[in-house]
Amino acid sequence: MTLDLLHLMPTDLFRILPEVVLTITGVLIMLVDASLPPHVDRRNLGWLAALGTVFALLASQAQLALLQLAERTGFYGTVETSTFSIFFHVLICGIVLVTLLIALDTLPENGHHKGEFFALITFGAVGMCLLTSAVELLVVFIALEISSIATYVLAGYRKENGRGPEAAIKYFLLGSFATGFFLYGIAMVFGATGSTVISEIATRVHTGGHPGLILLALGLMLVGILFKVSAAPFHIWTPDVYEGAPSPVVALMSTAPKAAAFALLIRILYGAFPALQPIWTPLLWLVAVLSMTVGNLAALRQHNVKRMLAYSSIAHAGYLIAAFAGAGNTGITAACFYTAAYASMNVGAFAVVTLISGYEDELPLIKDFRGVLYRTPVLGGALIFFLISLIGIPFTGGFFGKFFSFTTAMGGGAVWLVLIGLLNSGLAAAYYLRLIVSIAQKPEGESPVPPVAQPIGVAVSAALMLAIAATLVLGIAPGEVLKNAAEGAYELMPHSMQMVNSLVFF
Amino acid sequence: MHLILFILFAGLAIAGALNMLLQKHPINSALSLIVVMTSLAVLYLMLGAEFLAAAQVIVYAGAIMVLFTFVVMLLNAGREERTLGSKASWSVGFPAAVAILAIIASVILKAQGLGNAMLGDKITSTEQVSAVLFKELVLPFEVTSVLVLIAILGAVALARRGDGEERKDRR
Repeated sequence: MTLDLLHLMPTDLFRILPEVVLTITGVLIMLVDASLPPHVDRRNLGWLAALGTVFALLASQAQLALLQLAERTGFYGTVETSTFSIFFHVLICGIVLVTLLIALDTLPENGHHKGEFFALITFGAVGMCLLTSAVELLVVFIALEISSIATYVLAGYRKENGRGPEAAIKYFLLGSFATGFFLYGIAMVFGATGSTVISEIATRVHTGGHPGLILLALGLMLVGILFKVSAAPFHIWTPDVYEGAPSPVVALMSTAPKAAAFALLIRILYGAFPALQPIWTPLLWLVAVLSMTVGNLAALRQHNVKRMLAYSSIAHAGYLIAAFAGAGNTGITAACFYTAAYASMNVGAFAVVTLISGYEDELPLIKDFRGVLYRTPVLGGALIFFLISLIGIPFTGGFFGKFFSFTTAMGGGAVWLVLIGLLNSGLAAAYYLRLIVSIAQKPEGESPVPPVAQPIGVAVSAALMLAIAATLVLGIAPGEVLKNAAEGAYELMPHSMQMVNSLVFF
Repeated sequence: MHLILFILFAGLAIAGALNMLLQKHPINSALSLIVVMTSLAVLYLMLGAEFLAAAQVIVYAGAIMVLFTFVVMLLNAGREERTLGSKASWSVGFPAAVAILAIIASVILKAQGLGNAMLGDKITSTEQVSAVLFKELVLPFEVTSVLVLIAILGAVALARRGDGEERKDRR
């Protein structure tokens, strides 16, 4: 089947096939949505979106056939197909699929513009996917904007509740400001090197004569990307936006756009500025330490579950960035693996939070979660499992993610960074355990409301199952994913920096 | 002649930009931004980039600025209030802006002509611009349509009222 596709269509088209499939799905959803009478429920459009995402996932898989070709880029060197891009495509399509399944069962019955909701998610996925295969900064910028605008709008989807518009506007204003930094960085890079193609920038950084401009460009671009991954000190928006956005949307926006942004961070640091590694490594160490510490300390003081998870996601961005301290491609491998592990457990956690708190967040506080394990053992158990993974206990994806990240940092000689990371993990365990204890406590006599979503729907059960399976597989048999991540890292690195024997994990 | 024009419009651009930052009323800021955009258009024209100059006037000084003033007036935004937060951002932002300015200035002063960027002197005519746009940059050009589509879709989704209210409106 794969070979057929290779000969069936122009290779340029094949290189953007997942994006094309998603775009067509999005347009179809819009057309069907417009032609349905107003009172008909739009729920089935969600299945259409999920189907399109599955096809996009299969198309990404099929792109492996492209790797046989000598030529790796298409469209005049603006997109690249590699194990790296396919790894992130599959990851993002998987996250989007799970989010769609959650939304299918938890969006309110009527009056909620479901058609637009599903179309926005599908189009957002186009941007996120394109971001991971783009190797030219103009394409990167447009892809980044597509994914950002989709998430700005989705964040404000609960219009009746004052928090929704607040979240959307905060995210939009700060996000646009961050994008401005990124764009200015692109302009500086173009001024200094005369190119916007990432690989050409890398060669011209060596010969180019304006180190000041290049440093400025690197700094500006880092600000833009670190905002998107909500790393400290660019994290201020995260808790407010996560609290105001609907939980299924938070499941998406805390994982998929972040995975894409991490892919971009890797590509820009190792693809465009490998020569400046001595400069950006300490910068990222600082960001990692700040993110871990600020995120965990703030999470300790939260009473709202979504705010707590928001601060925990800041901390996890820190653990991930610690991997960049590792030498050569081991750092990339660990970062890719952590992205996958974090995505699977976080999407799962937000799926359960959606089911327990409800779409409108009727039960937002940690104490509201008391006794969930007794009322709905399945949900309680699933949430405890995801929290255990977030703590980083063995046999879950979270454990290996942290393990690889810290071992690479150790290999890179950043022992103090690892120490701070381990201290932070201990700190983090405290607030995750607080929530676990609350879940496992016996409900009080005049027990409050039971979990909102009852009974649990087919789609969201499938979503939970997928997330649990992914977290378990990453925790028990991480080999396959790790191998793919390592291959992607190997392809990405400039050959001068390859460290073939550095795959310490095997 | 060339030099006089350059000094005149460069000065106008800088004065407009400073005025934009210092004005407290958003409408005044928006109007000064028009001055900046138009002066930049003249500078582009003097560099021989006719297409860019025309696009600058039509898109920035025309369309975008009309949008700005509309939004400002619709929101009925009054004078800015200076809060503690704006003081803090001033104390961080001002040194950062000075640092960026210093870096750019030092690069320009040190270099004997900044060298030619890819678009350099060669591509100035509309024909050559479109050749680049529809060949090398065809993918970003096409993907922009998705960006515009999603922006419209998002605006509709956010601005439309809930289905229940809507049906009431329709008699």
